[in-house]
Amino acid sequence: MDGTLGLLSGGGGSGGGGSSGASANESTVSKVEVVEQDFVGMSSEASSYPAEAELELGLGLSLGGGGGAVKAKPCTWGERGRILTAKDFPSVVSHGSSTPSRFSDRATAAAVGPVSGTKRAADSVCQEGGSPTGGSQVVGWPPIRAYRMNSLVNQAKSQRAEEDKLIGEKDKSPDATKKKIYTKAETNAKEKCHLGFVKVNIDGVPIGRKVDLNAHSCYATLAQMLEDMFFRSATTVKSMGSGGEKEQLTKPSKLLDGSSEFVLTYEDKDGDWMLVGDVPWGMFLGSVKRLRIMRTSEANGLAPRFHERNERQRSKPI
Amino acid sequence: MQRMACSFPDEVLEHVFSFVQCDNDRNAISTVCKSWYKIERWSRRRVFVGNCYAISPDMVIRRFPDVRSIELKGKPHFADFNLVPDGWGGYVAPWISAMAAAYPWLEEIRLKRMVITDENLELISKSFKNFKVLVLSSCEGFSTDGLAAIAANCRSYLHCRNLRELDLRESEVEDLSGHWLKHFPDDYTSLVSLNIACLGCEVSFSALERLVGRCPNLRTLRLNRAVPLDKLANLLRRAPQLVELGTGAYSSELRPDVFSNLSGAFSGCKELKSLSGFWDVVPGYLPAVYPICCRLTTLNLSYATIQSPDLIKLVGQCQNLQRLWVLDYIEDAGLDAVAASCKDLRELRVFPSDPYGPEPNVPLTEQGLVSISEGCSKLQSVLYFCRQMSNAALMTIARNRPNMTRFRLCIIEPGTPDYLTLQPLDVGFGAIVEHCKDLQRLSLSGLLTDLVFEYIGTYAKKLEMLSVAFAGESDLGLHHVLSGCEKLRKLEIRDCPFGDKALLANAAKLETMRSLWMSSCSVTFGACKLLGQKMPRLNVEVIDERGTPDSRPESCPIDKLYIYRTVAGSRFDMPGFVWTIDEDSAMRLS
Repeated sequence: MDGTLGLLSGGGGSGGGGSSGASANESTVSKVEVVEQDFVGMSSEASSYPAEAELELGLGLSLGGGGGAVKAKPCTWGERGRILTAKDFPSVVSHGSSTPSRFSDRATAAAVGPVSGTKRAADSVCQEGGSPTGGSQVVGWPPIRAYRMNSLVNQAKSQRAEEDKLIGEKDKSPDATKKKIYTKAETNAKEKCHLGFVKVNIDGVPIGRKVDLNAHSCYATLAQMLEDMFFRSATTVKSMGSGGEKEQLTKPSKLLDGSSEFVLTYEDKDGDWMLVGDVPWGMFLGSVKRLRIMRTSEANGLAPRFHERNERQRSKPI
Repeated sequence: MQRMACSFPDEVLEHVFSFVQCDNDRNAISTVCKSWYKIERWSRRRVFVGNCYAISPDMVIRRFPDVRSIELKGKPHFADFNLVPDGWGGYVAPWISAMAAAYPWLEEIRLKRMVITDENLELISKSFKNFKVLVLSSCEGFSTDGLAAIAANCRSYLHCRNLRELDLRESEVEDLSGHWLKHFPDDYTSLVSLNIACLGCEVSFSALERLVGRCPNLRTLRLNRAVPLDKLANLLRRAPQLVELGTGAYSSELRPDVFSNLSGAFSGCKELKSLSGFWDVVPGYLPAVYPICCRLTTLNLSYATIQSPDLIKLVGQCQNLQRLWVLDYIEDAGLDAVAASCKDLRELRVFPSDPYGPEPNVPLTEQGLVSISEGCSKLQSVLYFCRQMSNAALMTIARNRPNMTRFRLCIIEPGTPDYLTLQPLDVGFGAIVEHCKDLQRLSLSGLLTDLVFEYIGTYAKKLEMLSVAFAGESDLGLHHVLSGCEKLRKLEIRDCPFGDKALLANAAKLETMRSLWMSSCSVTFGACKLLGQKMPRLNVEVIDERGTPDSRPESCPIDKLYIYRTVAGSRFDMPGFVWTIDEDSAMRLS
């Protein structure tokens, strides 16, 4: 523990080179020490970063010489470090939003967990892979690769199909428990992580994007997000101030109502390309493999099938 | 002494250097004197580029004119978990074009997390006269058409080109058709290693059988899930010399004749040391591999959704096992059994079967890992997903296994404290870094304060890669790591309250590392601009899909930050959601 103090208060005779830094160093050494003790006692909830202000000055200067516990690095390090002190830094940024109460939040844990992640989502536009609107799903957590997750989901599905075939009715045998474990895993996996991300391609652009279908609960948000992703021009500036949330889903999506030059289609698990928006959302989730934003002129071939399946009139784009 | 060394003819020095393969040693050799630099650069045959944007293809080619083997890595590690948006970069195309012109004798290409297209694959297949090895690890952007090109051009009488290795690791391949395998010519017999486990579609099985049958040097065969179990025996009988096998789906109706056929085929493989695959396992077929269990050194059951008793029966017979990957269905009881039977175990990975479930679905806890640490004295590498942990357990593990070099613990729920004391897990991880003095890689999880970073900065002197998520309380945490971990090369952080200060104060450290990733932290655009301006040898990439960072107030943290050292300057292939800052302090939109 003493090592810490040594580290931060960085010995007065800090070799880290000369001029402007040194004077500040002396005056802040004691401050840093005091603050450090507070800090180690973990009273971080008290206020936002009492440590921070002093920390800047201390850090910028003590690097080259090194503290008690750490061997000194060659001087260039300290010089470089010295350039970037509080003087360069325009303003102390308040981190009030995401941090001070984090400690206590986490102690009660469970759903709160990723505070900054969810907060970010609240501030910002419906972003690809952002924290989903409803659940506690966090992007990329737990850190399991997509192919592994997909494999688990697919196996659970086929396992369930097998067991439905073989087992038939429920029974009290050990097999039933086994089934429960598998199906529970499968249900959880299916509900919360349907395949996770699916690819989206737009005609004319070779590189596709990926979207997290879990982050949406209806076609409107999905289409809205895709429009933002592919059609938003770089020059559009959206002010993201406190109230500046992007217009929520008030206007109907052009991709879905056929009024745009493009239509949204998807490939289902049978390999057929279908227009998006026709089947219930849940069914869509269960069968979609990937998405494609197709030129309306090329989507002619899809309309008849759509028409056949649903016996509904749709205006065919010409 | 020095004069004597310089008076050796170049050929002698070159011959001496040929015994030195390790990159670091060769780098050291090249710094001795100009003449050694020159000889070394002409004789360097293998180049490893850990970050494809750290240097340009031309620079590599200029320095090393006669390279035969190249390894390139592209996207940052967190791309594996979908944290890097599609289109970020990592395109191999410029490398392939440059090397096609400059390295006609290139034999090996190994790529990790890069984007490679069918055109790139076709160019590879046609450009290199002696091409032997293609390994695509976690790559994407290509389809089975590209594989067809590789297969079709794998053999050339004129140029002695003979493909030996085609390994797709966990790449994402667009499955257009399984016919690509038919493009291997009938007189092609030099295949040594084939890994197609990641492919979704059915490959032409008869073509596969013929290929396997005519390649007597085939050592590694990793099939994809679509290869049914009842075909496996035939394949094995054609390749009894196999050392590494990945099965396809391991399920079939239980039939005695199929079983005995399979069992006989396995018994015939006297060299088999590594097994993987095992999708859709039907437990009744597991005993077919019992005859070879005692020879196994690697067993990957991480797709096998079978219960603990079946797992125990299998693993209990693998006394020579060194590497075990398994699902948490193995349970604590199963790990006890492993600890008792597998005394040679070096690496253990336990994956979660139900990562999104709110509650534990299997009795797998910290106790399993403690047992392993007690029973397996050679244990060096751990990846463990679980739902509860205690400082006491971590301390026990640390004391048991000071020889640990890779320790990655993932407690599934972020911010989970020690379940016994409700304290943070700082001291537990502190014990790990304190006792395991050779620790190279560490991943943290659970409830952690800045204290754990202090421990890491103090003790983890050999640490090269650190992964942090939902941890820490202030910039002090980040500062401890950046200032204390002398060997740190890769640092990846997500959802931690680290902001500008530690970053700016340790700016110089960043040039000693390969890369730093920070997402969902508290770094501001102002700090990024500052870093970009002051540090010309760093690329500071702000990845933000919400539009230009200037459109938000300065106090609004950026979304993702990727900083890496480079001698190639800013890259030219950045997509619209990546912002970078160069020296003239103008914000450059890509």
